[in-house]
Amino acid sequence: MPIVPAISAQPIRLAGGVCYLGGDWTIAALAEAGAVDERRQALPPVAQSLEWDLLGVERLDTIGAHLLWKAWGERVPEQARLSDKQRAVFQALADNEGDMHGKPPRPTDNLEWLRFVGDLWGEAIENGRALLIMFGQLMLDLFGLLGRRWRVPWRPISAQIYHTGAQALGITALVGFLIGVVLSYLSAQQLRTFGADRFIVQLLGVAIVRELGPVLAAILVAGRSGSAITAEIGVMRVTQELDAMQVMGISYGRRLILPRVVALSISMPLLVIWTGALALLGGALAARAQLNISVWWFLHSLPNAISMTNYGIGLLKGVTFGALIALMSCHFGLRVKANTESLGRGTTTSVVTSITGVILVDALYAIIFSSVGW
Amino acid sequence: MIEPVISVRGLRTAFGDHVVHDNLNLSVMPGEILSIVGGSGSGKTTLLRVIIGLDAPAAGTVQVLGRNLHELDHAQFRRLSRRWGMLFQAGALFSALSVFDNVAQPLRELRTLPEDLISDVVMCRLAMVGLNVRDADKQPSYLSGGMIKRVGLARALALDPSLLFLDEPTAGLDPQRSDEFVALVRSLHRQLGFTVVMITHDLDTLIDLSSRVAMLADKRVIACDTVEKVLQVDHPFIKEFFLGKRGRRALGDMVPKEMVSHGKP
Repeated sequence: MPIVPAISAQPIRLAGGVCYLGGDWTIAALAEAGAVDERRQALPPVAQSLEWDLLGVERLDTIGAHLLWKAWGERVPEQARLSDKQRAVFQALADNEGDMHGKPPRPTDNLEWLRFVGDLWGEAIENGRALLIMFGQLMLDLFGLLGRRWRVPWRPISAQIYHTGAQALGITALVGFLIGVVLSYLSAQQLRTFGADRFIVQLLGVAIVRELGPVLAAILVAGRSGSAITAEIGVMRVTQELDAMQVMGISYGRRLILPRVVALSISMPLLVIWTGALALLGGALAARAQLNISVWWFLHSLPNAISMTNYGIGLLKGVTFGALIALMSCHFGLRVKANTESLGRGTTTSVVTSITGVILVDALYAIIFSSVGW
Repeated sequence: MIEPVISVRGLRTAFGDHVVHDNLNLSVMPGEILSIVGGSGSGKTTLLRVIIGLDAPAAGTVQVLGRNLHELDHAQFRRLSRRWGMLFQAGALFSALSVFDNVAQPLRELRTLPEDLISDVVMCRLAMVGLNVRDADKQPSYLSGGMIKRVGLARALALDPSLLFLDEPTAGLDPQRSDEFVALVRSLHRQLGFTVVMITHDLDTLIDLSSRVAMLADKRVIACDTVEKVLQVDHPFIKEFFLGKRGRRALGDMVPKEMVSHGKP
């Protein structure tokens, strides 16, 4: 083993027209903060009169060699002393030069924002169209099942009802109850200033049963089950399970979409009733604390406060929201492309669009029912 | 005496009651290409995962590049893991990143290299595995199986590792691509001088590339030597593996005479 002079541990040293390189020229040394810049600046420019001595370099890898290679103008200077091993490393670089001169620059686009807005609209229209087709297909599938009970996918439907309904009971109960309490507290303060304490039953009853219950449950379900559906179907795309289904002639519509839409249309109204009930309970308890209205009286006056129409509207909303969330989630799940990023984006879009859609449809219902006079 | 690059002593791995390895010993010497061979479920991939620290053993020591893997703290392990590269069976490319960014990822992760140097190194790596600048902008989902393996190899080589792990490098490639890939690994091995540990089922790859073969059976390494010497070992699995129709075709002249006569009248 050659005795390496201690001074050679210094990476770059100029002496008497010779540039001595030494020490560690591997990624391990270059990964130190600022090491690359330091060495680049210390490297003298290539000149006829300058000799290079790399014999002091203890370790050299292709990354360190790259640094020198670039500084030397992509060739080994003639007056350079290298070991055979080092020469081989530089030879490896010379053999694999590739197109070092980088990627072609991306063309600049002045109208990018316009394209972006256009794309957004195009995409929205395309999504709407696909959703409509999916809905139509779903209707066809449903009619196809009429009178053929043995073809109904009972098991997936019941599994989905369990996942989207039964397992959501806890979180919807908690949120519903707390919202009921908050709402009751806030309205109690206002109502008291008018001496209209008793009307808290009407206020809470109508607001929760007709509006808040369905919307609250829908938002929770969209975040909970909608995202799960999109991710599930999206992963099936990534793992080619969807392709396998297509090859076997199994239709997505009947196997994936129909059970989920049916299940959510069943579990959603049930969750709406549940959330509403818990919210009213929370409201009643808060009213008792704030306005001294007994819970018993509160519950007794509820049937007079809420008409059956209001209750029916709440349930109808539940069914619609459930079907809407399931359809949207399936749609965005099927649109996921076979990579991880698309899966994440698809799930986000699915939840955001479902919630927006729910609120839009809710507004639509409000307009329709008020013009009918309900 | 030359220190082994990897030294596994008395290794025992188990998942619950299922023991995968029991008292397994293995040494890998610098600069060699070692193939790990074994039947399905014999724990080849598990062994590799233990060696790169993805799984922890139940007992025994694993030394890689002179460091005992299971005594290292987080920072030391990270520093050590920069010195090896792994090509996963399915490529395991980051699907959200382009080919260029995939190969650049280990370099950027150091956070100290300037972007122009990274770009040079990445393009050099891509050239080494036979890809050009047009491929650099592609997304992994648009690549063919062979290309994915090449990009995976380029990424494994990004940090100029002294140790390279290949998990089934030629699985899923057609014979021609597979031969090309073997040639590629061999030429890079010659140029860069790293040590290779490879899992393979493919006899052609095994015989073309490996300097030594470690046969995994009965929860341990039953033989670890050159193909010729492993063939001399009397073990049912070795006979079955090498002396089937495919084995004999791949081995050609290497099949010992007495074994050939055993098969034919």
